[in-house]
Amino acid sequence: MADFGGTDLETFRKEVREWVEGNFPKALKGVPNPMAREERGNAPSADMETWRKAVGAKGWGTPSWPKEYGGGGLSAAEARVVTGEFNRAGAYNPIGGMGVMMFGPTLLEYGTDAQKLEHIPAICRGEIAWCQGFSEPGAGSDLAALSTKAVDKGDHFEIDGSKIWTSGAQWADWCFCLVRTDTAKKHEGISFVLFTMRQPGVEVRPIPLIAGSSPFCETFFTGARAEKKDLVGPLNGGWTIAKRLLQHERSGLTGAGGGLGSGGKSLEQLAKDYVGHDDKGRIADHDLRSRLVANAINMRAFQQTAVRAMLEAKGNASPSSATSIMKNAGTQLIQERHEMALEIMGHQGLGWEGDAFDADELAAVRGWLFGKAFTIFGGSQEVQSNIVSKRILGLPDLTQSK
Amino acid sequence: MAVLTEEQSMLRDAARSWVQEKSPVTAFRKMRDSGVELGYDATAWNEMAEMGWAGVIVPEEYGGSEFGYLSLGLVIEELGRTLTASPLIASGLGAASALILGGSDTQKSEWLPKIAEGTAIATLAVDEGPHHAPEKVALTAQSTRVGYSLNGKKTFVLEGMAANLLVVSARVSGQPGDKAGIALFLVPADTKGVTRQKLSLADSRGAANIAFDNVLVPESAILGSVDGGYALLEKVLDRARAGLSAEMLGAAVQAFEVTLDYLKTRVQFGQVIGSFQALQHRAAKMFTELELSRSAVEAALTAIDNDSPDVPELVSLAKAKMGDTFHLVSNEMVQMHGGIGMTDAHDAGFYLKRARAAEAAFGNQAYHRDRYARIQGY
Repeated sequence: MADFGGTDLETFRKEVREWVEGNFPKALKGVPNPMAREERGNAPSADMETWRKAVGAKGWGTPSWPKEYGGGGLSAAEARVVTGEFNRAGAYNPIGGMGVMMFGPTLLEYGTDAQKLEHIPAICRGEIAWCQGFSEPGAGSDLAALSTKAVDKGDHFEIDGSKIWTSGAQWADWCFCLVRTDTAKKHEGISFVLFTMRQPGVEVRPIPLIAGSSPFCETFFTGARAEKKDLVGPLNGGWTIAKRLLQHERSGLTGAGGGLGSGGKSLEQLAKDYVGHDDKGRIADHDLRSRLVANAINMRAFQQTAVRAMLEAKGNASPSSATSIMKNAGTQLIQERHEMALEIMGHQGLGWEGDAFDADELAAVRGWLFGKAFTIFGGSQEVQSNIVSKRILGLPDLTQSK
Repeated sequence: MAVLTEEQSMLRDAARSWVQEKSPVTAFRKMRDSGVELGYDATAWNEMAEMGWAGVIVPEEYGGSEFGYLSLGLVIEELGRTLTASPLIASGLGAASALILGGSDTQKSEWLPKIAEGTAIATLAVDEGPHHAPEKVALTAQSTRVGYSLNGKKTFVLEGMAANLLVVSARVSGQPGDKAGIALFLVPADTKGVTRQKLSLADSRGAANIAFDNVLVPESAILGSVDGGYALLEKVLDRARAGLSAEMLGAAVQAFEVTLDYLKTRVQFGQVIGSFQALQHRAAKMFTELELSRSAVEAALTAIDNDSPDVPELVSLAKAKMGDTFHLVSNEMVQMHGGIGMTDAHDAGFYLKRARAAEAAFGNQAYHRDRYARIQGY
């Protein structure tokens, strides 16, 4: 594959490598990204803060975002160099979360210059945690049925209602939120607003899930306040922005390569360890073996499809139709793997807590349970199938979803 | 669709327009109804050969264009769409690969130019039972003073009736199941002692069982080395498997598109049946499987072109995945068409029959899943 940039890229690589060597605290080597963990209640260590600030100042946590808003301003090839050098040093990217994954890219596309200047740099520095106010008790798959109201009070909007499944709301500083600003229309009566979570009219209650504690919350708004300047896009024009944001969300939720919490051992190795193998090294349980290999083949075809979609996106003007299938395909395969991990471990794969079970075994149970959410959140499996049927295959739509 | 070079795009477009114009499914139906023994239309094959498709992987010095396996896969995929029957896979892919990978200069000079121009048809004669099992060779090659004497049988030889040249796997030592002791021989089909029996198969393609009774061949008939036959055979088979997977991809995509079109036009209960979610989600599932399969097939062909070390696992992945998908789509094609899909007048049955024959050829899904797991060490 041609590597555009050639020698310049090598110079840049050297520069990044030296910078990482000089700035990455050695104690953090191999430490997983704390942003990816569910239990973010603990305060970050001094080393973590140092690393976050260093990367944030460079804009390299969001390497391809524009420099004028605090991003790295790098080309795609240069951004890959940064990621590669971080990996090489065993360093995580300390800038992450919903601000990076979903909200930032959306605001860069739809926000005014003033809004971008206000919100994007803080995301690039990892200072502000965002949460997503989308789903409601009565608006899950049918998201546009949402009823949380925003009433025009002259200089601000007053917000009343509730959201559910607001991941990380208990730690969030700000919320990007879909609100109803016109009750006479469905999709065309929704606006996209931003407001601080640090205000009296916002109450957050974490929701324990089947896997135990979770980052998901119920969030209640009672006369909460959103400033007029924090309306993104036109009034009643929020649905278009929401759809775009969901694309960013879904592209990050395919589950490809998702860990099983099994200490880095492959499922196949676990099967050999727990179930045994014959003298040719084949897993002793032939039924399990054939299901494992079927899943492995699908997983690899899924990864090949991700690569193909990327190459096609580079080579052609139109986006690859392959991307539309990714969420369903990836999440189902991961769930299958979770189920098989449990099956492989037998009774040892059913431990809830305690020292009768090792860390892998306990993680397998929690991962299996939490994994059930993958085919529900970010557009359920059924909604994704509707989208493929309608947008890709051109079949008639009876759900009036958009 | 992989990102193509200009010459690959031109090749694919040429194949696409030829197929639409000269080889719609009605042409396959006509061939079947005619009961022609070859199992393909010789006139159409001549046209295909004239366009150079039989020589896509053949080196230029032997009269080919040397465009590679992905390029040949693109042509085969287009032909697969309308179930075009031809010796391309047997001759221009399978046997040509055997000669390219294992042939001496003399062997190549004798056969490759004729294969590339379509005037000779060569094929692999590998299996001896109902299942693909390339190491279970019982056919013996006994050393004589001047060469070898072959005794045994081969089954389900693609284009076995049309072939002028057979690439035969034979056992020079050991027992069926041993990978050592297998050699490949080039045997002209008109050699004394070769008897062919035409097979009438559900998919109407040309195939034969072939008996070898004291078939005498010279030492120079050995392809590659006498003790390295199996390793060569595996490489050859992987190329045939990947190319066949491309045919299956084309056929499965077409079967899906025809079915999707039916969902959009067939009216029941006052609405097109494609408005029913039960059918929509099955359609979405098929589309998903086709996308995954395309990635696997293209990755396998590309790996062959790059002579990558992971060719065996990528090919088994592609054949297994593609087999499952074609299986699914061909079944759904019949089911979603309902009664009309059961009639011989409709094309659905052709795709269903071709699916099973292609699945079985060169190893079905179970074979390739097992092989994939073995390569991965479990």
